[in-house]
Amino acid sequence: MLTYIVRRLVTAAFILLGASFLVYLLTASSGDPLAEFRASSAPNRQALMDARIDLLDLNTPPPLRYFKWLGGAAQCIVPFGNACNLGKNIAGQPITEALGFALVQTLTLVTGATVLAILIGISLGIVTALRQYSALDYGVTFMAFLFFSLPIFWVAVLLKEFGAIGFNDFLRNPEIPPTVALGIGAVLGVIAAVVVGGAAKRRLIVGGSVFAAVSLILFYFSLTQWFRNPGLGPVVIAIIGVGIGVGVTVLVSGLKNRKALQSSLIVVGIGVIAYFAVQPLLNDATGLMIFLLAIATILVGLAVGYFMGGYDRGQSMRAAAITAFLVGALVVMDRFMQAWPSYFNNSRVRGRPIATIGAGTPNIQGDFWIMSTDTLTHLVLPTIALILVSLASYTRFTRSSMLEIMNMDYIRTARAKGLSERSVIMGHAFRNALIPIATIVAFDIGALIGGAVITESVFSVRGMGFLFIDGLQRSDVNPVMGVFLCVAITAMVFNLVADLAYSALDPRVRIKA
Amino acid sequence: MSQPTQEEEILAQQALAEAAGAEAGSEATGGLSQGQIVRKRFFGHTGALIGLAVFAAIFLLAFTSVGAFGIPGWWKYNHTDVSPLVNDGVPTSSLWPLAWGEHPFGQDRIGRDLFAMTMRGAQQSITVMVLIGAIAGAVGAIVGGLAGYFRGWVEAVLMRLTDVIIIIPVLLLAAVVGQIANRRDEGSWIASFASNNGVVILGVFLGFVLWVGLARLVRGEFLTLREREFVDAARISGASNARIIFKHILPNAVGVLIVNVTLTMSAAILLETALSYLGLGVKAPDTSLGLLVAQNQEAFATRPWLFWFPGLFIILICLSINFIGDGLRDAFDPRQKKFKAKSAVETSSHSSTTAPVADASKGS
Repeated sequence: MLTYIVRRLVTAAFILLGASFLVYLLTASSGDPLAEFRASSAPNRQALMDARIDLLDLNTPPPLRYFKWLGGAAQCIVPFGNACNLGKNIAGQPITEALGFALVQTLTLVTGATVLAILIGISLGIVTALRQYSALDYGVTFMAFLFFSLPIFWVAVLLKEFGAIGFNDFLRNPEIPPTVALGIGAVLGVIAAVVVGGAAKRRLIVGGSVFAAVSLILFYFSLTQWFRNPGLGPVVIAIIGVGIGVGVTVLVSGLKNRKALQSSLIVVGIGVIAYFAVQPLLNDATGLMIFLLAIATILVGLAVGYFMGGYDRGQSMRAAAITAFLVGALVVMDRFMQAWPSYFNNSRVRGRPIATIGAGTPNIQGDFWIMSTDTLTHLVLPTIALILVSLASYTRFTRSSMLEIMNMDYIRTARAKGLSERSVIMGHAFRNALIPIATIVAFDIGALIGGAVITESVFSVRGMGFLFIDGLQRSDVNPVMGVFLCVAITAMVFNLVADLAYSALDPRVRIKA
Repeated sequence: MSQPTQEEEILAQQALAEAAGAEAGSEATGGLSQGQIVRKRFFGHTGALIGLAVFAAIFLLAFTSVGAFGIPGWWKYNHTDVSPLVNDGVPTSSLWPLAWGEHPFGQDRIGRDLFAMTMRGAQQSITVMVLIGAIAGAVGAIVGGLAGYFRGWVEAVLMRLTDVIIIIPVLLLAAVVGQIANRRDEGSWIASFASNNGVVILGVFLGFVLWVGLARLVRGEFLTLREREFVDAARISGASNARIIFKHILPNAVGVLIVNVTLTMSAAILLETALSYLGLGVKAPDTSLGLLVAQNQEAFATRPWLFWFPGLFIILICLSINFIGDGLRDAFDPRQKKFKAKSAVETSSHSSTTAPVADASKGS
């Protein structure tokens, strides 16, 4: 095992050397960094040129310059050396500094989108696999192909026009005409009926009730101008919380496990009480505090599950912890909604909250909630765009993996010995279907950092992709190399992680040392 | 990540192959050659047929309307002609009554005909796509085949080369290559050729970047096939290496190759349009679908049609190629019948009339 890892790492180092040499030469030969001066008629043209030649060391031929660069880059490996030197960009800024900033920007942009895409994609994949050859399956398959074929820059422009500008206009006077409310209700009702499957009567009941509920809620929102002054309040949190508790229990342990159901519901009760308790605390929240609260919430859930016990203590604990986390998320969401009016009326935002470009409103000031809301409103559009285009692969992949597993003999055995459908799917099929998915996810996380080039360029986020493209267009080698190094190293590390995870998850696969 | 990569396709294939083992479907295929079976299955696949029809229509429309290779087309404008604005550039075509009009897709601000520009863009995108598919397929097959067949140091060298290229994210590498393909500052023959056929250079360069995923797949396929009995039999009866590779192994590996070349091509369309959008692919004065979207996105509020039509064509081309690839995958996959255990009764009565659009063996 250790031999294997060491050997992989050594190979990786050589591959990295080769690839970086290649990229360095290619980038250096892709253009002329002095082009803008050659065309200029400034009197100090020669001086400017000399300064840049000096800065970027252009008199050294590229292959030699690579080794100079490598010498600086090698110092990054020395731990605690603080001598990391990746060169300077065309403006004289050290690359390490630029990279640090860009990395933060890119990670805030892609993390949420990737997590959501994975969650939604996997759930959709499972549902379609369970309803193979149904209307839902065909619908999702077609949508997956469509999203697969969407150019993200095109989606982004549409989102800006309809998602941001349209929604902002709507917020100016947030009234939903009755016909529109009924229409949205009808669409969601039809979707619900398709998703739920089963006999026509059941579909009709579910579809009809969703239609009625959605339409009524939209009427209510329109009457109370909810979109201007959103909020959940303890009552709604309690209702949604009970729904979440029951749903989570159904998935984790089945309703037959009464103790698990009880622990989930107890957690919901604690959550509603905690809602009042934490309000003053949340008023001066920080990121760290939210994080600690989240951990505390999960611990409370685990504790409740532990003390409720039941015939399967683990199930109770899992159900309670997941419910606790989701209810906690509801409370935080409610607090965000409380901050919404003050964000909306902020002098910098001026009633147009959903932003089309950038990573934050310039010069905005406010407490934690205002600042977070600002980040979130800037993230909404890129996140939706990224989810749309990356959803398809997860859905299709989960579906095929799940179908593969559902036809295995041990699934038939599980059914034959009388297990409930829930435990066949969640306990036997889903866990095994996750093994190949884990590989894909590891790969994708590895590719995350370099993957959002177009999204960044469309939404003017100055992240890694921007650094790369900008460097490339000015024939500036050092930023390109910096981005490449980060991307390649994460990709290789996560490739290794993927392989190790695969052998850890699937005992049939053994690593040969 | 913005687009699913070749990497995922490979993984999907590998994971599926691993889990499925080497079970072949027990279909009644007596007396049919492999080609006939594949053709029959492909033409039974509704989605693929529609995809093929749509792609053929777009192909014909794009290449005959504005002309290509110096042959004039039947459309009265080309992508650079400036004509007076008709009705402020609003599209003149209408569905009811069905009419074509003077400028069916409208005009841009200075009066260029959008139909001609879109057709020219579609031509460019299709050219790049076909070039990438052909070159990446050929290089990938050769490299993967050699590595998988000869093993030893050939494999070590070729596969390390593949590793070197594969860790560079496709879009980043393509951007660098696109930038190089667009260099016009040297007086060499390649520069003068490139100034007339920039898109060809772009396609060739990108093709030499995108073969790595295919090479890995083909190598895997060769590795399993070379251990099979029929290869041993051929070797014992004195067949040369070349004969074994081309007559015995390649025909068995061609399914994987074709399917993945198609999928590479659908990714290539998006890659080309993305590069052109970023300004690293096709450059003005020539045009491409991605470039058209990039140039016109600011005008969305005033002239939305400039934005709709090129985007629509990107989606149509990519979608139809994806469906064709999907149909091919089902057609080449001998495990196709396997996944119907649960609904065996239902599908056996349907399978003769309706082709399964969705099959489990798609890993996209």
